[in-house]
Amino acid sequence: MRYLTLLKSAQPPTPPPPGLMDAIAKLGAEAAASGALLDTAGLAPSSAGARVGLYGGRLSVTDGPFAEAKETISYALYQVRTREEAVEWASRFMKLHRDMWEGWEGEVEVLKVFGPEDFPPPA
Amino acid sequence: MAATDPRRAVEAVWRIESARIVAGLARIVRDVGLAEELAQDALVIALERWPVDGVPDQPGAWLMATAKHRAIDALRRSGTYQRKLEEIGRATPEAEEPDLAGALDDYVGDDVLRLIFTTCHPVLSTESRVALTLRLLGGLTTGEIARAYLVPEATVGQRISRAKRTLAEKRVPFELPPPAEAGERLASVLEAVYLIFNEGYAATAGTDWLRPALCEEALRLGRILAALAPREPEVHGLVALMELQASRTPARTDPRGNPILLQDQDRGRWDRLLIRRGLAALAHAEGTFGPYVLQAEIAACHARARSNEQTDWERIAALYAVLAHVSPSPVVELNRAVAVGHAYGAAHGLEIVDGLVLPHYPLLPAVRADLLARLGRDAEARAEFERAARMSGNARTRDLFQARADALSADR
Repeated sequence: MRYLTLLKSAQPPTPPPPGLMDAIAKLGAEAAASGALLDTAGLAPSSAGARVGLYGGRLSVTDGPFAEAKETISYALYQVRTREEAVEWASRFMKLHRDMWEGWEGEVEVLKVFGPEDFPPPA
Repeated sequence: MAATDPRRAVEAVWRIESARIVAGLARIVRDVGLAEELAQDALVIALERWPVDGVPDQPGAWLMATAKHRAIDALRRSGTYQRKLEEIGRATPEAEEPDLAGALDDYVGDDVLRLIFTTCHPVLSTESRVALTLRLLGGLTTGEIARAYLVPEATVGQRISRAKRTLAEKRVPFELPPPAEAGERLASVLEAVYLIFNEGYAATAGTDWLRPALCEEALRLGRILAALAPREPEVHGLVALMELQASRTPARTDPRGNPILLQDQDRGRWDRLLIRRGLAALAHAEGTFGPYVLQAEIAACHARARSNEQTDWERIAALYAVLAHVSPSPVVELNRAVAVGHAYGAAHGLEIVDGLVLPHYPLLPAVRADLLARLGRDAEARAEFERAARMSGNARTRDLFQARADALSADR
């Protein structure tokens, strides 16, 4: 089964410490080498993006930045056997931030991607 | 962590770490069976402690450290401690407490590679290789393997214990193969991984999701292998082949689980991510012509075609001709006949098929039937489809062939 993880954080008080990116790359390489990480990339600030809305039958396009306090920083797509396994990879990712970037706060949303296991064949 | 069931958290960490733990222990104790027992002990301790003490901050390191202590205890008890230390070249005359624990710390990926070469050793039957690999590299339980293979748990247990016994009896060293054997040994590994993949791929939407999940296990093993042996083009070829074949999974069956032939599949349902990964893996093997690379090249031709009509059959026919040279078999010839039939006309395909002998292989009459139908020889085609249906052991495939036969009857 696949899980999409989305890293979200408010504007951090300090720039990322040297070494964090290397540590993240190392963890990513480990996850890829163990066959779990299918895809990942960083995301530019929402000021570089836009939002297309449909409310009350009306289509609207709004340029970023978005009003939310948190920005979505990156995504990753994992192939795992259980939700806990995806949570474990996300936890390892967060521990790097905890150990290397004081004062940083944020969260990873771990979202299941629908797969064949969610649609059992008719009995 | 609070929201996560500790037991399931242990299992998740186990799944991520078990191959490395078993491999690291096997390097020290030089016995895959013992290494697995020691690693299992660590798992049992974790299952007891974590629900009480909470999941440790570095669960992988915790499991490794616990397993390591068990290994040292076991070696001390067996009196082989000093000898093992000497074997791994860590013993120093002046050291009071030699650094066996330290030896376990400098983990290298080669341990996992050694483990794969050991569990897929040619002295083991393919059944044993597959079971042992899923257990030690995939971290699957005996029960999970049994469910995936639709056999009793005891059968899988026997296969695994027999495999461990054989490795011990034949004194298979926990080493990478010497250069002279490297080719044959790698072929043995790739064969086991592809067997696992095909077991899952052949199961069309079984009632148990674990069966198709064998494809995911095989893909995972292949990706691990590609990371550990990046200079082996056939490893990339196998990974590419599996990624590309797996990309079609969502389109291969209808909602009732009936198979849909490649030509009739809705290509919009193919998994683009897996296709992208498959083509990327294939790029690592460019310019080589091993059997897995060639099969992946063929799969890539299908993946690149936006519709069945746009398939580059001439290229596929040429690739099959090379494959028939590299790895000759009547099945390859049959596939070549299909490609030639599309590229140069059914008559040319039929010419190849008529020279083939493949007893009990329903696809032979099925392919022959298809070529005959395209030549307008309906009566012969119908008889061949009926023959294919009679030969088929799979009910869904049988229905498919019978339907083709009936369709020909209806037309006349």
